[in-house]
Amino acid sequence: MSTLNSSNIKTLEFDVLVIGGGGSGMRTSLELAKSGLKTAVVSKVFPTRSHTVSAQGGITCAIASADPQDDWRWHMYDTVKGSDYIGDQDAIEYMCSEGPKAVFELEHMGLPFSRTENGRIYQRPFGGQSKDFGKGGQAARTCAAADRTGHALLHTLYQNNVKEGSNFLNEWFAVDLVLNQFKEVTGVVAFSIESGEVAYLKAQATVLATGGAGRIYSSTTNALINTGDGLGMALRAGIPAQDMEMWQFHPTGIYGAGSLVTEGCRGEGGYLINKDGERFMERYAPNAKDLAGRDVVARSMVLEILEGRGCGDDKDHVYLKLDHLGADVLNAKLPGICELSRTFAAVDPIYEPIPVVPTCHYMMGGTPTNIHGQAFNIGSDNNYIPGLFSVGEAACVSVHGANRLGGNSLLDLVVFGRAAGIHINEALKSGGGVADANKDDIDKALDGLNKLNESTSGHEVSSVKKELQEVMQNYFGVFRRGDYMEKGVAALSDIREKINNLYVEDKSSAFNTNRVEAIELQNLFEVAEATAISSLQRTESRGAHAREDFPDRDDENWLCHSLYDPTTKVLGKRHVNFEPHQVEAFPPKIRTY
Amino acid sequence: MISINIYRYNPETDQFPYMQTFEFEKPKRDIMVLELLNQLKTKDPTISYRRSCREGVCGSDGMNINGKNGLACITPLSSVIKKNKLDLRPLPGLPVVRDLVVDMTEFYAQYEKIKPFLQNDTPVDIGERLQSPEDRDKLDGLYECILCACCSTSCPSFWWNPDKFVGPAALLQAYRFIADSRDTKTAERLQSLSDPFSVYRCHGIMNCVSVCPKGLNPNEAIGEIKSMLLSNKNKKNIITSDKVG
Repeated sequence: MSTLNSSNIKTLEFDVLVIGGGGSGMRTSLELAKSGLKTAVVSKVFPTRSHTVSAQGGITCAIASADPQDDWRWHMYDTVKGSDYIGDQDAIEYMCSEGPKAVFELEHMGLPFSRTENGRIYQRPFGGQSKDFGKGGQAARTCAAADRTGHALLHTLYQNNVKEGSNFLNEWFAVDLVLNQFKEVTGVVAFSIESGEVAYLKAQATVLATGGAGRIYSSTTNALINTGDGLGMALRAGIPAQDMEMWQFHPTGIYGAGSLVTEGCRGEGGYLINKDGERFMERYAPNAKDLAGRDVVARSMVLEILEGRGCGDDKDHVYLKLDHLGADVLNAKLPGICELSRTFAAVDPIYEPIPVVPTCHYMMGGTPTNIHGQAFNIGSDNNYIPGLFSVGEAACVSVHGANRLGGNSLLDLVVFGRAAGIHINEALKSGGGVADANKDDIDKALDGLNKLNESTSGHEVSSVKKELQEVMQNYFGVFRRGDYMEKGVAALSDIREKINNLYVEDKSSAFNTNRVEAIELQNLFEVAEATAISSLQRTESRGAHAREDFPDRDDENWLCHSLYDPTTKVLGKRHVNFEPHQVEAFPPKIRTY
Repeated sequence: MISINIYRYNPETDQFPYMQTFEFEKPKRDIMVLELLNQLKTKDPTISYRRSCREGVCGSDGMNINGKNGLACITPLSSVIKKNKLDLRPLPGLPVVRDLVVDMTEFYAQYEKIKPFLQNDTPVDIGERLQSPEDRDKLDGLYECILCACCSTSCPSFWWNPDKFVGPAALLQAYRFIADSRDTKTAERLQSLSDPFSVYRCHGIMNCVSVCPKGLNPNEAIGEIKSMLLSNKNKKNIITSDKVG
């Protein structure tokens, strides 16, 4: 294969490129479908294979079905508290107040929500939810399609994109961003996985909707495809990442397999027990119990295990008890969970508890953006990167801060996917756009791919990936410590050398997954390094970031976002927004459940 | 040891496909077929297959496992190994791109043909459309389809006429929208299936039912469509909508 350059690859020109065909990407493309702008969704898998499909419990939103008095301001309060006060309150306000419109739109598109007796959308209780700003007890605010809400949402969005005639480049893999001399983003270089054909996909607006990167850890609920490709591309292009130390460990991943068991199980009345059969969350969170924030529940589980009250031969997990709910409730409300636990835990939850353990689940950090999805660089909040947008888990807008509440990710996808689509349509029609990239700019974006294609020796992808995942799992897990993390950072700098010298043995064009996995690994590494450095340098405990050496929250120094600069590997700070437009800001308080 | 025979075909280097045998040490704990493939791929990185969620919800890794279609990620090795042998082949009936990867263009085209989206021309002013729990229950067993193509590619009628017979997967989705109390285009949907091929090429062979990894029953949905097409009431509706349309 000859060396790729700007003159031997073709150029496909679009107005808008959406990189990623999951929930956020397809909500963006759906918004743009009627705009007349030439849009392409570039997805490395057929869109319904995207990880949104695995979301289970639901989409949290104050649609006032379960409780006619419910109020989006209560949802906002819960989300701000859940974020441990570093979620941006203008963005949270936007998400919670626009949410009902976005959820009703999904229903109109055909999403098969479960229903209440009066025909409205069914809502279930989820963790961290309250009525009346934390004073009115547990709320039930998560709109559900049984325990397959993500599947229903993703298919509904795909179906409506089909209806509107959206243009998909399926099984195309975006390799690197192309930046022009002004450091504006002008598209990506990408290849068709099926044929191996490489192209410069040129656009006036490029939207990163590439989801999370849970595969930086060896134990994760995430799909094998969750390799942080958009964030990896952005970091390689020198674009910063925000709050990368904030990774959510979901309390209930199936022990051994990692598959998610929805928080909806606890919403429907299930609870966690230790080896003595004790409902231990009553000790850690006397009010919310098993429905405290996910960070709180995950830490409590780890403490139970560390103190010798874990279950099983190795006492290294706990049990999720559901059998008391009865077969009828489980079959109607949690059929997918019953199926998963029979398959992956060899346990039927109708009769026996499910072995579970905290498992990496969600990346709260990402490319920093405003509520329109515009990505920005280090400097002021107005220092936008022309041509670059990000939405969904890949972005850090930031509505989740240091800890995401269950059901808020699906809401994030549709609200901010839609918002980015609206903004891009308006901006491009009023003359916004970027200058052309020159040959050198395009060639530069092809460097990494050429190097892999031309590799004749080097490190095996699978073994380097395993090494990376073990470092992250061992040194940057639920509980963190400075001296361990320093070891982890040192181990990563050794791995960096291997990442730069990967060997792609398979040189063929058609469906070369060896090549795909090599680039995915390089993306994972960028995300892992950002995570490690950010975790080491945030010297406090907040939300999902729990340090044994700095056990307390430090509002004086750290009531802020962290902003990782990949060009210097230095961690900066950025202020948190405390200026919502329709309500008074919620000031930081001690966070208890 | 167990012998794993994998269908190999690389269009650039192979004139014909062939079966390649890998000797694999029988794992101590039961593993899924996908995990077996992942382990083999660490030894031979050129083996190609699709995979994503690894928990049976994304539908990427449908393949023919010892003669029966299924999802590699939720098929335990112990349930399919026979005489210490396992054959892995691509889904039958579709063109092979490479190894275990098939070209699903025709499968997706049939899905798009049935207009897989809710159609309702009545605008809603505020809030959601109401639907009773009983009406919502009618979608159970239909909406859960993951488009893995295990059913359609096990169907002899789909093998013969992949361009004209809609196939079990897409027919299940056709019925999912017919059965939805919120959809107002039942007559048009039935009309579009009333030719001799779209639905009538189903001869009730039931392979679709026996392979569906989600336990769904496309045959039953097809039966519902056929009986709606045959009932006088709907015939009348179809004629009416023809005149209108």
